[in-house]
Parts: sequence; C-alpha cells; structure tokens
Amino acid sequence: MIGLALKMLFGDTAKYLMLVAGLFLATFLIVQQTGVFCGLMRWTTSTLKNVGAPIWVVEERVEQVNETNPLRDTDVARVRSVSEVAWAMPVFSGIQRVRMDNGSFKTIQLVGIDSASLAGAPTRMLEGTLTDLCLPNAVIVDELAVERLSKGRPRPLALGDTFEINDIEARVVGICEAKRSFTGGPYVWTTYERALQYTPPSRKMLSAVIAGPVDGVSVDEAATAIEKATGLKAFVNRDFGENEKDFNSSTIWWYVRNTGIPVSFGTTVVIGLIVGIAIACQTFYAFVLDNLMHLGALKAMGTSSFRLSMMLIVQAFTVGFIGFGLGLAASAMFAAGAIERGQPPVYLPWIIPVATFGVILAICSLAALLGIFRLSRFEPAMVFRA
Amino acid sequence: MAKDTPTSSNGIAVDVRGVNKSFGDGAARLHVLKDVSLQALTGEILMLVGPSGCGKTTLLSAIAGTMGVDSGEIDVFGNPLHRMRGGALTRFRAQNIGFIFQQFNLIPTITCAENVSVPLLIRGVSASAAKKKAREVLDAVGMGDRWKDRPGKLSGGQQQRIAIARALVHEPPLVICDEPTAALDAKNGEIVLDLFRQVARAAGRAVIIVTHDNRIFSYADRIARMDDGCIVDVHRTDPREVAHFEHEVPH
Repeated sequence: MIGLALKMLFGDTAKYLMLVAGLFLATFLIVQQTGVFCGLMRWTTSTLKNVGAPIWVVEERVEQVNETNPLRDTDVARVRSVSEVAWAMPVFSGIQRVRMDNGSFKTIQLVGIDSASLAGAPTRMLEGTLTDLCLPNAVIVDELAVERLSKGRPRPLALGDTFEINDIEARVVGICEAKRSFTGGPYVWTTYERALQYTPPSRKMLSAVIAGPVDGVSVDEAATAIEKATGLKAFVNRDFGENEKDFNSSTIWWYVRNTGIPVSFGTTVVIGLIVGIAIACQTFYAFVLDNLMHLGALKAMGTSSFRLSMMLIVQAFTVGFIGFGLGLAASAMFAAGAIERGQPPVYLPWIIPVATFGVILAICSLAALLGIFRLSRFEPAMVFRA
Repeated sequence: MAKDTPTSSNGIAVDVRGVNKSFGDGAARLHVLKDVSLQALTGEILMLVGPSGCGKTTLLSAIAGTMGVDSGEIDVFGNPLHRMRGGALTRFRAQNIGFIFQQFNLIPTITCAENVSVPLLIRGVSASAAKKKAREVLDAVGMGDRWKDRPGKLSGGQQQRIAIARALVHEPPLVICDEPTAALDAKNGEIVLDLFRQVARAAGRAVIIVTHDNRIFSYADRIARMDDGCIVDVHRTDPREVAHFEHEVPH
C-alpha cells in the first residue's frame, strides 16, 4: 500500500511538483537566511578572532568589541599589577581612512599591537614575517586589503608597496590571513605607537588591554580578579554561548538587541515558513480532495483508517524529504559560492539544517493531519453516491 | 465474534431482517429504510430497483457494511454485520466483499493491473503476487492486453471491466454493484452484464446490483422493487427473456 501511495503521489505530477517546490522554497529561505544571519553575526566578532587573546579588558560601559570607549594608557599597568595576570598589552582598534593611488579613499580596520611582544598579531602569515612590523612605517595587511587597496594600481598590492593612512605613509611588510570585519574594511596591523600616529589625536587612545592568566588560574578567575582590582570590565575570548563574560556572546547579543538585522532576516525566515505551510498544506489538502473518492473506495474495500493515514503520512513526508533535500543542496551551493567569493557571510552550524528539517517535518505533519482529518470525515458509504 | 470465513449451509448469502435507517434529527429526520427485510441467495444476481431516493443505495451500503443501521439485523454468509464494529467490519469487507462503483473509482495514476491488484494489497498479499493474479483476472474479463495502460486511456465499458476484475481478484463470495451500467452505452452495458452473469455462476457467490436501468432487469435472477424505503415486491425474472440477451464476451 505504501508503493500505491507513492504512485498516487508521483502520478499527479502538477501537485507533486508544487508540493516539492513549496518545501524547497521554504527550506532554502530558512537555511540561507539563517546562514547569512549567523555569518553576519560572526563577522561582528572578527576582531576577537584576529586579535587572539584570552582576556579583553575594556572600559566598564563597553558591551561589544567594535565599541571603543578609550582607556588611559596607565590602565595597562593596572591590569599587569593584578596577581592572576601573567601578561597584559595595549591594543588600539579603530576605523581609519586609506588614500588610494587614484585619490579615492577606503576605510580600514587599523589594529595597533605591542611592538615588543607582538601580542595580538595575525596568527597566519601568507607573505613576509611578523618581526618586520618593527621596521619604520611597517604594516601587515590581510588578503582583503590586497584586493581592496589595489584598485588604481598597475599591479596588486605587494610587499614593499606603500599607501597613506591619514596622510602618513604605510609600507606593506607582510600579508596575512584574517577574518573579514563587520564593517567590510580590511584589517591592517601595525605597532601600537605607530597606530596612535596614524590616528587623529585625542585625550585617551587605548582601545583595550589584552591579557593572559598566570599558570594554574583560569581565564574566568583572572577576568574576575581584573574587574575586582581595576573596576574595568574584563571579558573572556571564547566561543559563542559559554557565559555572560564571553566577549563573543556579548558582542553578538548587542547586535541582536540594538540593530534591525534579526528582524530583517527573521521576517524572511517567517515568510519562508508561511510560504512552506501555505503551499504544502493547501496543495496537499487539494491533493487529498482530488483523491477523496479513490481513498474512500479504498476505505470501502477494506483499507483501515490507520493504513490510509499512513499512506497520507508517507506521501506528505516523501515530498518533505525531497523538498528539504533539494532546498538544502541549493543552500549548500549558495554557501559554497559565498565562501568562494568571500561574501555574503555564511555560517551554517549543524543546528540550522537539523532545525530546518524539524520545521519541514512539522509542516508535512500538519499537511498530513489536514488530509487525515478530511478523510476521517469521509464515510465509505459516500463512494456509492455518484 | 464475527467470522472472517463466510459460511452458508442454506444457500442464503445475505439475510436482511427488519432494518431501519434514518438521517437527520427532529423535523428534518428522514426515514430512508423502513423495516426492510430481504434475502440474497448464492449463485444468483439480485437487483434492487426503484425510483431515485427510494433507499436502494442506502440498503446496498448497509449490506456492504459501509454504513450502520438504526435497528434490524444483517447477516452476510452467517456473519452478523450489525454486531461488527471498526476493524472487524473493515477486515470483513476486505475478505468477503467485492465492490463495483457507479463511477468505477479506478485510481487514474496507476496501471490497470495495479488497480486490479488493490484488494489483494489490502489483504497483505505481496505486490508481485498481487500483480500476477491481477493479470490472470484481467485475462478472464478480456482486458489482458491492456494491463499496462492507465484507466484514462480506456473507454467507459473497458474501465467497468477493469472495475469488475478488481471486484473479483480476491474471489469474494459477495459482489456489490452500484449502478454498473449508468455510465455505459447499451452495447457495453450488455457486455458488463454478461460478465456479471458469469461471476454469479461461480460457486457460492452472490451478486447484488442496484440499478434503475430497466434495460438490464432481464439479467437478474430476482428483482427486489423498492419504493419510499420499503421493499414492495420481490419476483423472479422470466428465463426466456434472459436467454434473448445472452451472448459471448468479446476478448
């Protein structure tokens, strides 16, 4: 009877394709939009990935890594004085303007790190060496900078090439791998002192202090000790969702609460859900209505209600599996293309396809239930009425 | 406890006794079957005839076990249908009754052989064995060469023969037919009725046909005439008249 149910489903080509199309569209919209949203949220924490440090100490009102309420330079020493802290270094982080060869300007994410320890330096160099950062006017740029800052040049930006940051020369001594920033500007590393020269002066310039705990002390314990001793806010740099002291979680939740991004993506996801429910349920119900006399005849001939219900469930779940599979494949292709191009940002943790699969199964269950409910109200005697 | 295997030691296939059935409530209540009693015998074609709305189809539904009755008793091959409920009734229908509907109700998206094999699939026979048996029965009704076709490619008469094959494939002792010639022209109607005659001759089988097509009355062994929910008379047909319509089934 399961084979019969599938033949009935595949035999009605128009409705079968409509059902698959509806569930495909729902899957694609939900997975793709959720994936881009997660990718975008990951971009907001790129600085934390690119400037690797277990503890970030910031001004007490700072909620996320891209927000800068400058500290005093003396705060570095205050953090170092905490007994649970093994090391602490200054970091400058801010958006600056680069003048291109053709006279146009591009924004960059300038990162200034301690020249002696190079704490917070890029983790993977593609060309050049980290220690060259100590040379005069030296900067290390990421791959995106090569792409963005090469416009108007006869050849792509390379080691030894120069450009201007706020009218001050910068010479490329290294090219590194880095996560893309939320603002879209490439990352440019230099020393902390030189970063202050590149930046228009203000009374306080220190963006954050990065620190590490002494052996035998956890980062959480060290962060708590820093907060207690200095009155500053100390975040730990860990994966999203660990606890409220995690800078990644704090940053992402700030964007969720304070921007329209989740509403925008959420609306599209809800539309995908509504489209899926509307098309799948309406089309499947129409399919059941079209076949009501045949299903009624099966009922009259001795097919149990349970078996007929199973037939409808198999039909609904079959289009669900196919629609979900096609939608997921299309989303994966979109994600592969986006990763290849570098944008839009896409991040697909396993929970997204699994949750979407659950949503599609729920839609299919609802569609099947509507059909089962309609069929349950159909008395087998009604097939004798022409 | 109902028996799944039919038994009939006295030649009575269906025994309907004092059956009443109403629809609706209060002032809108419609008394459709009024103290109906009737017997169908094995080996015969019994026709239920009468004007539209007289209760023929309701009585047929009650005999087929697809509709309950308010009062009275219905035995089919000694099995008390009026006492059966739910799964037992469904299983009884699957085992013992072949159905032929006015609009054939063949599933359009599967082949004729697959349509015919449906009653066997309902009984749990494997798809391959069911299909093999279905092709044998299609051969018997002269449709063996069309087993791969879908019903939509066939004429009304051919579709009705497929429906007959579907009703017979699981060899039920009782075949129920609702207006089998309503959608057929005279020639196809005669072909179908000849098939019914052969079916009824099978040992221990009874065929009950609801019709208001007076062209086919002569094919009945007995005719039960209904009016306003009552059986007004039951009479045997003239065998000489039947002989006049008999002819070979074309293959």
